[in-house]
Amino acid sequence: MNGFEPRVVAFLCNWCSYSAADAAGSARKPHPPNVTVIRLMCSGRMDPQLVLQAFAAGADGVLVLGCHPGDCHYREGNYKARRRHALLGRLLRQLGIPPNRLVLDWVGATESDKFVEVTTRMVEDLRALGPLRGNGPGAQGVA
Amino acid sequence: MGKPKVAFYWCSSCGGCEEAVIDLAEDVLKVVEAVDIVFWPAALDFKYEHVRALGDGELAVTFLNGAVRTAEQEELARLLRRKSALLVAYGACAYMGGIPALANLTSRAAILETAYRKGPTVVNPRGTVPLETCTDDGRTLRLPRFDETVRSLDQVVPVDYVVPGCAPPPDLTLQAVLAVVQGTLPPRGSVLAPDKALCGTCPRKDSKPDDLRLDAIRRIHEVIVEPDRCFLAAGVLCLGPGTRAGCGERCIRGHMPCTGCFGPTSGVLDHGAKLLSAVAAMFGSNDPAEIDALAAAVPDPAGTFYRYGLSRSLLRGRI
Repeated sequence: MNGFEPRVVAFLCNWCSYSAADAAGSARKPHPPNVTVIRLMCSGRMDPQLVLQAFAAGADGVLVLGCHPGDCHYREGNYKARRRHALLGRLLRQLGIPPNRLVLDWVGATESDKFVEVTTRMVEDLRALGPLRGNGPGAQGVA
Repeated sequence: MGKPKVAFYWCSSCGGCEEAVIDLAEDVLKVVEAVDIVFWPAALDFKYEHVRALGDGELAVTFLNGAVRTAEQEELARLLRRKSALLVAYGACAYMGGIPALANLTSRAAILETAYRKGPTVVNPRGTVPLETCTDDGRTLRLPRFDETVRSLDQVVPVDYVVPGCAPPPDLTLQAVLAVVQGTLPPRGSVLAPDKALCGTCPRKDSKPDDLRLDAIRRIHEVIVEPDRCFLAAGVLCLGPGTRAGCGERCIRGHMPCTGCFGPTSGVLDHGAKLLSAVAAMFGSNDPAEIDALAAAVPDPAGTFYRYGLSRSLLRGRI
């Protein structure tokens, strides 16, 4: 895919992955500029509507990064994200969006290296996959 | 001054919404007393040219049911929009695409292939498929265009009000007609039904646990749910938590869970996504393998959560 730069929307938890992203930036660790960050108070705030909106607006992939299991600031928000991700992945597959375009992972506040690694891998995977532009009935809803 | 003129029309629908008007029973007399029905193909012999002869805006209101998939449906939707002061999307299909919108999970080409060539009961040695124009014996036959997607009515023309349901219940239908006649309609764009979730009016709500946990997903034939017990508490998927009330809980009282035909309450962008969110959040486990097993036990997520609303969803169908 010549010259294709994937667009990734990343929903980051205020208490962990957002801090990790911030730290990665402060430390000037190189990470892909393809990622548009949206800060949420918790990965449990990851409403499936937000994911669908991102895809409808032209995202090639969506990343949700929350606190490690057991570390949620609100006790179980990340578990709810995990549950929603499991079911949403099945729905997306039926809508023509393969599972590797919606990735859920855990990145602690101090894990700036992991943030760099996860975002880099996501962008590389999407670059290999190509743009999300199907020719099905719903493709007209995708910008 | 004459009585207000009213039209009923159907597009991509099963006919159930027409039955819903008939289900007014003797109340239909109140409707007939208050209005003149000037167009209703399912019940009365008026032709398209009768509609074309009306002045713009001459119809006080048109109740249109069914989704839009063909050129004929689109043409009539546009015509009736022009002739009507108010256009009401009547029923789940006109409102959100309804059951026909599930066809947006596949393509026009695949539908025609299955229906006319590959279907197990199809015998079609010449491979005949419908064409918009064909000539036979010197005569030309024309069929309306069959669109690539199924659209809700508001994706074709502006819609003033919605009467939800598959099919809408008689009381909401009567209220809608009388509100037009009496000029007591709420602001334009309103759904003419209560703006709260079904659980709030459910006759089984007393047995709904404060903290619902789904430890297993059970199909309706796999478990006996007592007549007063919350379906979700028994592990049966019920979409009441994310579906608008006003249906009279007909399914619940008939011992069947809610399947979401009334659509969402206001402020929801995507009914299916919200329903999925609510159900998944109830999964009663934090263990990844158990969570995945529960997710895998939800049959056909698209068909379950977008049963009535795929056209109006954010992606509108398979991309």
